Amino acid sequence: MNVAAEALAPRRRRSGREFMERYGHWLIILPPLLFLIVFFLVPFAFALKISFAETAIRVPPYTDVLSITPDKHIQLSLSLGNYKYLLTDEVYAVSYMYSLRTAFFSTLICLLIGYPMAYAMSRSSKATQNVLLLIIILPFWTSFLLRVYALEGIIRENGLLNTALLRFGLIDHPLKIMRTTFAVYLGIIYSYLPFMVLPLFATLEKLDHTLLEAAADLGNPPWRAFLDITLPLSMPGVIAGSMLVFIPAIGEFVIPSLLGGPDNLMIGRVLWDEFFNNRDWPVASAVAIAFLVLLVGPIALYQHYNVKDMEV
Amino acid sequence: MSERFPPLLFSILCFGIAVLYIPIVVLIGYSFNASELVNVWGGFSIAWYSELLHNRQILNAAALSLEVGVVASTGAVILGTLAAIALTRYRTFRGKLLLTGMVNAPLVMPEVVTGITQLLLFVSMLQFFGWPHRGFTTIVIAHVAFCTAYVTITVQSRLLSADRSLEEAAMDLGAGPVRAFCDTTLPIIAPALAAGWLLSFTLSLDDLVISSFVSGPGASTLPMVIYSKVKLGLSPDVNALASIIICVVGLCVLLAGYLMRRAERKRQFEIQMADR
Repeated sequence: MNVAAEALAPRRRRSGREFMERYGHWLIILPPLLFLIVFFLVPFAFALKISFAETAIRVPPYTDVLSITPDKHIQLSLSLGNYKYLLTDEVYAVSYMYSLRTAFFSTLICLLIGYPMAYAMSRSSKATQNVLLLIIILPFWTSFLLRVYALEGIIRENGLLNTALLRFGLIDHPLKIMRTTFAVYLGIIYSYLPFMVLPLFATLEKLDHTLLEAAADLGNPPWRAFLDITLPLSMPGVIAGSMLVFIPAIGEFVIPSLLGGPDNLMIGRVLWDEFFNNRDWPVASAVAIAFLVLLVGPIALYQHYNVKDMEV
Repeated sequence: MSERFPPLLFSILCFGIAVLYIPIVVLIGYSFNASELVNVWGGFSIAWYSELLHNRQILNAAALSLEVGVVASTGAVILGTLAAIALTRYRTFRGKLLLTGMVNAPLVMPEVVTGITQLLLFVSMLQFFGWPHRGFTTIVIAHVAFCTAYVTITVQSRLLSADRSLEEAAMDLGAGPVRAFCDTTLPIIAPALAAGWLLSFTLSLDDLVISSFVSGPGASTLPMVIYSKVKLGLSPDVNALASIIICVVGLCVLLAGYLMRRAERKRQFEIQMADR
């Protein structure tokens, strides 16, 4: 008995080890994979399902899409009403276009301000660079909501800007900045400028300066060298920075909600209002799904292929 | 490189930095304003700070936010590190593309979309399983989901630069895979874990949109309280609260940066010594 057990023991140990070698990696892969599937991927299926439901006065406030009838049949009742509503009510198309436009122009302005900043940073000494990097990164870490709130303190009617301008006699009555489109742009640029500067700086810093010297030696004026060498070589940074600003800007909720007026309907804000103010969960789900298909999908595809191109 | 660049460039740089900092500096300045009127300077006072200490709503929200932040970022560091190891160490496995996609998706997903989809999941789960009730648990789960992405990316880049041969050497010397990993690779990626935790913590502490969707009645995080206060109009105690948060987070970031740099320097120094 004892002998047999001893003879078996190493074998069992070996098979345990073999088991670990064959399947051990699943111990590492499965926890994050399962967690993200359940809590990140599956929710989209639920949103898709509920976007086909109808609003109902109950908890939760929508009708069943899948239900079991008394005679044990599974009943599927899909309602396309929410999507039809998205197409007929003007507000959705308008806010969609408005979000695109706002994100596009604020990205452009961020690029116009951020590029010279990153360029100046890349041309300074190593020590200065480290300090400047820290200065740019610090706001990036501070609370987004609080920074928007801080900006409000500057631009509101009795804020610092108007107080200062009035005192110096530059204006007669306070400027109305809050609750305008301008305030929304200002908010987005203020919040997302670091996202533009950092990747731009990363590519500009790696730029081979001997190329510029060579261009100068060959008699090219600096602007020519910039257009022919610096700009093309920094394109990866331009694209990365633009994506980092454009993507969050398009779904932005806090900025249009706190700084914008009633006209500044960005799609994120429309979804929020649909959900919290109108309590219409099915329509809010439909907006989310449409948003996903029309905006996030193309961006994800673009990024996917872009990354592949860069690897090649 | 030379420190000289055209004055135009220099002024744009200064302008950009000024734009980033002036509102924050002004906010902190006003938090010490004795006057309740926001545009009148009524002298120096810390009254708004002491008022915070008596505001139950804010104290409760701050406690909830800190709790959520600690739990969620710890969870995210564990899951994110596992995901980073899986993605860098295993060439192929079933679901690798899916995992890659899910790790990168939160970076492009608008918060409103993530928030509403997760809420719908939680509501349906509650209907079927009677769990989880909306509040602390759902906020933590939602935060772990998006923070994991940031941790994975932070740790991944560090793992790629870590020298695998050290771990192989340890295994050749008889250490098991877990022991080998903990003794060789873990110390190398530790700064990335710390940075990932801190990043997650600040993201969690800052999150308004996702928390608003998934939280239930009675559970308000600090950003939710601040948002509703700001939406109603300005209250000077928010200035004080905001100043505290900004300073604490700023100090954390500076400390983390300092620690990471010191760790990096030490490592470089050791490599140099070893090469000699």
